[in-house]
Amino acid sequence: MKKIAGVLIISLLSACASQTTQPTEVDEYSTGGYNGSGGSGADSSAYGSGGSGFYPMNDPGSILSQRSVFFDYDSFTVKSEYRDMVIAHAQFLRDNPNAQVILQGNTDDRGSREYNLALGQRRADSVKNIMTLSGASNAQIEAVSFGEEKPRAYGNGESAWSQNRRADIVYRGE
Amino acid sequence: MSTHRRTTHCFRWLFSRLFYLILLSVVCTPAYSRLNIEIFGGGADRIPIAIVPFADENRLQQSITEVVSADLYRSGMFRMVDPGGLRPHAPADVVYSNWSERGAGALVIGRTIPMPNGQVEVQFRLMDVARQSQLAAHAAVVPMNQLRAAAHHIADIIYEALTGEVGVFSTRIAYVLKQGNKYALQIADADGYNEHSIIEYTEPIISPAWSPDGSQIAYVSFENKKPVIYVQTLATRQRKAVANFTGSNSAPAWSPDGRKLAVVLSLHGGSQIYLINADGSGLQRLTRSSSIDTEPSFSPDGRHIIFTSDRGGSPQIYRIPVTASESTTAERLTFEGSYNVSPDYNQDGRSFTFIHRHNGRFNVAVQDIATRQMQILTNSQFDESPSFAPNGRMILYATEIGGRGILSAVSRDGSTRQNLSVQAGDIREPAWGPLPRKR
Repeated sequence: MKKIAGVLIISLLSACASQTTQPTEVDEYSTGGYNGSGGSGADSSAYGSGGSGFYPMNDPGSILSQRSVFFDYDSFTVKSEYRDMVIAHAQFLRDNPNAQVILQGNTDDRGSREYNLALGQRRADSVKNIMTLSGASNAQIEAVSFGEEKPRAYGNGESAWSQNRRADIVYRGE
Repeated sequence: MSTHRRTTHCFRWLFSRLFYLILLSVVCTPAYSRLNIEIFGGGADRIPIAIVPFADENRLQQSITEVVSADLYRSGMFRMVDPGGLRPHAPADVVYSNWSERGAGALVIGRTIPMPNGQVEVQFRLMDVARQSQLAAHAAVVPMNQLRAAAHHIADIIYEALTGEVGVFSTRIAYVLKQGNKYALQIADADGYNEHSIIEYTEPIISPAWSPDGSQIAYVSFENKKPVIYVQTLATRQRKAVANFTGSNSAPAWSPDGRKLAVVLSLHGGSQIYLINADGSGLQRLTRSSSIDTEPSFSPDGRHIIFTSDRGGSPQIYRIPVTASESTTAERLTFEGSYNVSPDYNQDGRSFTFIHRHNGRFNVAVQDIATRQMQILTNSQFDESPSFAPNGRMILYATEIGGRGILSAVSRDGSTRQNLSVQAGDIREPAWGPLPRKR
């Protein structure tokens, strides 16, 4: 795992070598640095301390900085407004075969926790499906679900619920 | 007429006395438990029972009478008759007419005898007032710190002698306590006492499931940034990730022989049900659909699994043999409404409990498998995760009051309900443990 992560850094650095240096920011929606088997605590520091590495996913001007796909109630269809973004990530994965993403599906908190976990999985799977059809390889993508367990917004009401019906794209090693 | 009025008055007084007793026991023993218990309602055909305070128990750290009374009352099957000033402790002291006048059908007498080594002998007898005979008796020597357990055992003996059903007062429950961003998987006695955490994390824990012998708990933890199923042995606290496949791993359910788990994996896309050995070996796919198949629950004979699936367009409950092949069609069990989820088999194998949505409410329901007759048992807003007591008499579930997660238990006929809550925090994801192994 460590080795793969190391290769990923190099590939990311080289992919972005021609662009301006920007400070690395950890996506606050991501679940934080991977520890244990992910073994990428070192990767985060490499981005931070290296200084010369540029991470297009975090360039606010890049479509790759957009990471969240929002869904309608009880739906797992990726709406057209998110397709370009998802395809851009897929193309990045295609062009960077060592890059890997985790797709994290989420739901609002109404109903069964386990059924919501399955609904969140379906949302992550939907995004994965578009990505693999757009050139990313199956091995680069892990679709998982948080169900209703990790809400971005709290409260009962559509404004909170709509924030939580979501799939997030998180790069391994971020 | 005047007799009737007196009876009613007397009953109210008894009720308030008893309520006070229970309240007192809850208020006065915060050191033992942070869980609060409230009780509502009650069936019409309760068995009137008088419990004479056990002799010499006020010298003990824990009253036996208090625990036995609270257990029996909480079951919704008993009406407590006030013993007044009567204090018989041996059969020869019992004047049966005193008790029939008070309306008691059954009488409990007993004593506690301190032993030299710091232990206590607890003796009790259950008397049939009408027949003037002994129905049950028991004596045991227990350490001081096992007095509650001894009292639960006595309540179990009384319950079984008078109702013909097994008592569940000596069982335990598991649930998840969320306080701030901390999640703890906790175990407590069925009355909410002796609670303790078996694992704590800053990531969610869901879906605890007791092994049939009560020695292990399977659960889903998000500590690895995705749902992974662990099995933890309670005695040693050792645990093992038994399903940590690519994608999500969730909804563990034990087979009745404890050898296998039904689990839900997204390993091959979607959410599908698999069987796996309890040590994580021998993965075998059970369902093959393009829909969501989740929340498996084994039938008590181990031959079927009921589960939630949206294969028909909305989530409904289905049944499939565990020997299912690719050509096996699952049988749909629920037809009322557009959202029926979270099934749990009754131990008699004849019914199951689940969550039924109607008019935007999520309520606990029970359905008979043969007749398909459904009964909704609650009228709250957001009920979740129902699980049967091992005697099938009560259903434990999670619900919400004032935006806080609490546990509630409702009797199978919906007549009695009790709430378990904590002062600061949400409790959820309850699972009622199995009967303790025979003593």
